[in-house]
Amino acid sequence: MSTTDPDHHHDVLGDLIRGSLDHCVKCTICEQYCPVSNVTPLFPGPKYAGPQSERFRAGGESVDQSVDYCSGCGICTQVCPQGVHIAEINARARARMKEAQGVPLRDRIITRPEVLGRLGTPLAPLANASLRNRPLRVVAERLLGVHRDAPVPAFAGRTFRSWANRHLSGTPTSERVVFFYGCGTNYYEPRLGEMTVAVLEHNGFAVDMPAQGCCGLPLQSSGLFDDARRYVRRLAHSLAPSVRAGAQIVAVSTSCSLMLKREAIEILGLSDDAELRLVSGRVRDICEFLVDLHDEGRLRTDFQPVDQRIAYHAPCQQQGHGIGKPALELFGLIPGLQVAEMDARCCGIAGTYGLKREKYEIAMAVGEPLFRQIRDAAPGLVACDSETCRWQIEKASGLRSVHPVQLLHRAYGLGEEVEGSTVLGGW
Amino acid sequence: MSGLAAGIRLAEEGAAVVVSANGAGSLQLAPGTIDLLGYASGLVADPIHEITMLAERDPGHPYAQIGAENVAAAARWLSARIADGPLSPYRYVGKAEENMLLPTALGVPRPSSLVPETMAAGDLRSASRIAVVGFRGMKDFHPSLIADNLTRASGDGVAARSLQIDPPTDLSREPGTLNLARMLDRPGTAAAVAARLAPVVHEGELIALPAVLSTADPHGAWETLQRLTGCPVCEIPTLPPSVPGLRLFNTLRTLLAQAGGRLITGARVVGVRGGPEHVDLVRVQVSGGERSYGCRWVVLATGGVASGGLELDSNWQMRETALGLHVAGLPEPGAPRFSSRYLDAHPIGRAGIAVDRDLRPLDQDGRRRWENVLVAGAALAGAEPWREKSGEGIALSSGYRAAELILEADRHVAGTPAASTVAETVA
Repeated sequence: MSTTDPDHHHDVLGDLIRGSLDHCVKCTICEQYCPVSNVTPLFPGPKYAGPQSERFRAGGESVDQSVDYCSGCGICTQVCPQGVHIAEINARARARMKEAQGVPLRDRIITRPEVLGRLGTPLAPLANASLRNRPLRVVAERLLGVHRDAPVPAFAGRTFRSWANRHLSGTPTSERVVFFYGCGTNYYEPRLGEMTVAVLEHNGFAVDMPAQGCCGLPLQSSGLFDDARRYVRRLAHSLAPSVRAGAQIVAVSTSCSLMLKREAIEILGLSDDAELRLVSGRVRDICEFLVDLHDEGRLRTDFQPVDQRIAYHAPCQQQGHGIGKPALELFGLIPGLQVAEMDARCCGIAGTYGLKREKYEIAMAVGEPLFRQIRDAAPGLVACDSETCRWQIEKASGLRSVHPVQLLHRAYGLGEEVEGSTVLGGW
Repeated sequence: MSGLAAGIRLAEEGAAVVVSANGAGSLQLAPGTIDLLGYASGLVADPIHEITMLAERDPGHPYAQIGAENVAAAARWLSARIADGPLSPYRYVGKAEENMLLPTALGVPRPSSLVPETMAAGDLRSASRIAVVGFRGMKDFHPSLIADNLTRASGDGVAARSLQIDPPTDLSREPGTLNLARMLDRPGTAAAVAARLAPVVHEGELIALPAVLSTADPHGAWETLQRLTGCPVCEIPTLPPSVPGLRLFNTLRTLLAQAGGRLITGARVVGVRGGPEHVDLVRVQVSGGERSYGCRWVVLATGGVASGGLELDSNWQMRETALGLHVAGLPEPGAPRFSSRYLDAHPIGRAGIAVDRDLRPLDQDGRRRWENVLVAGAALAGAEPWREKSGEGIALSSGYRAAELILEADRHVAGTPAASTVAETVA
């Protein structure tokens, strides 16, 4: 059977992922690190739900409800010393379970940030007021299953896209990069996108911002694989022409960029999608990109002092990149900035996991060690690379949470403000 | 462990260090003790003395390349760092010139040199009356088995009995090692355990508990138990997950970060680039493709067969997976590789990377393969750690020695700190 014949699609990589379960030696390292099974008996742990249960799913059947409680943070795969793709096995098992048992309406709605953004942006004042309205949130919890206290961001009321359409970046001779800004930036934090562009331009780049949509990650983590595939393929298609022209893609959301780099290929079984593979190899997280520039001696270091004490949390998905914590190295270049590195692993939100009524308490319990560390560090500000994590931290700690690039923007003297997002609900 | 030891030592001298790790490392599966040399021709009382003799007798042994004085220096260095580390006042006790005999989870005396203070009272050379106490419902820890074996194995000197108490955990959680340890992180839990112990232990008895006395404040939990029961208390290492191993791993990870080293997880070293004698770049496989790190020095600490640093295929070929170094000590094709008895010496057991006294890897002709690559840890040829009880000792001292060699070489060249990449799969 040919792997290129579309009628006989054979998921080679998927077989490798499933096959990796034979490498499991039951060492329990994943169980030590799993943030979810450490706070709730509803999830028995990655080893049990992953490599062990997977043996019983040989015929494609679903054998275990508990896999739905895996948050998909991916820590198990990162810490596995034997190369077992535990989180990926779990994600696929969850999708099969959803396929067999149906997907709740809630999961079909909250996993489409692009659709929500398009609807919410023109109605921002009304939408935000509704999300802030306690009785309405209680109704939404009952009807939809979105927890009344869950951190939801405020619609900005304008899109980054509309700014990008008007913005002329760089000069014809500047080196070009492509900006993959993601839905969070587009609908909720457009100012972060502008700051990212400014930081790149400050370093001499011209920033291309082709029209682009959602990467499909929220759909994927809720088990809606077919929809997720459509979204990520469409996104790859919009980014591919720039890559063919030689540009690198710089992303500001570490979870969406991980989706492009690896997750779509591994979890959604798109290893045979040439366009996605092309794009995947050219994606860089913004901090990764800037540290690479610094290593090459090309990053501008005309940083002004920022006298502030911050706490930095590297999100699970950021750690999934395998690039260490480049934000810390960038912070080290800023005079006056005092950084407390948080070593608690997960804030609990895991994209949309912590929004769900039945998982909200778990997500908050998962995040508690991080929130405690942040409280103990008593910073003026929290820095974190993923938007949903920032919103979760902001809600739980009451502290402004910003993307690392916002601190660089200020240190470069490109603007005084360090704008956090506005999180609605649960205050 | 070898990679972290080398990385910390280099970073604390100002070198720019990247530790690239594929997985979380095996320290958290290990008992957390530092066993330098437990058995040579028989039970070893003074490891340093015995290592000196071993080096003369067996010039192919890693300890012969490292040197006994460097083993002792590495042990002193680690003890000092742990004592000032993030879990202080928790510290390690013992010295390289002496083996204690600590009870294992099977009740067998095990020779160890450096041990957590929370284990030291279990030294069977001085303990006489022991109450081995288990928690009801905890799997893989059997007080009666331990007590019976201790009494049998230790002759007339030791009288051990067994007890079971209720675990200090709510019943929704399995009383596994990690759950118990995390319960004991909370203030008041140690006192609750002491209250259950007090009525059942006798005055002057040594209380031997499974090694679950807190991940965050082991000194506090241990001291509370001793104070409230009036008895000496020791921990007995458990089957994985191992709480003392996790403490040691977290300590080393924190020390690396504090010294300014970068730890990159989820990155597998796949090769190097450079000239015929020097490596300039280390290539790592990460999400979305390959990255590379420039370096002046490379310490290869990717471990042996168990951690994927060495691989044996069905055609009898063994290869070193990261840099493709020559593997020495492999039995000829057709010659026996394994003995029929599991615990015997196996002909294949000493295969690995042969090095010279500067820990540089040697090719099949016994010549240095690279000038700026050093090898540390379980990848080294010539030892059988599981028979010798030398695994942590070789890992620690070779990592430490590799760092010292690099620092020494750089001192001769110039005043600039070394830039190093340490590749570590499993310590």
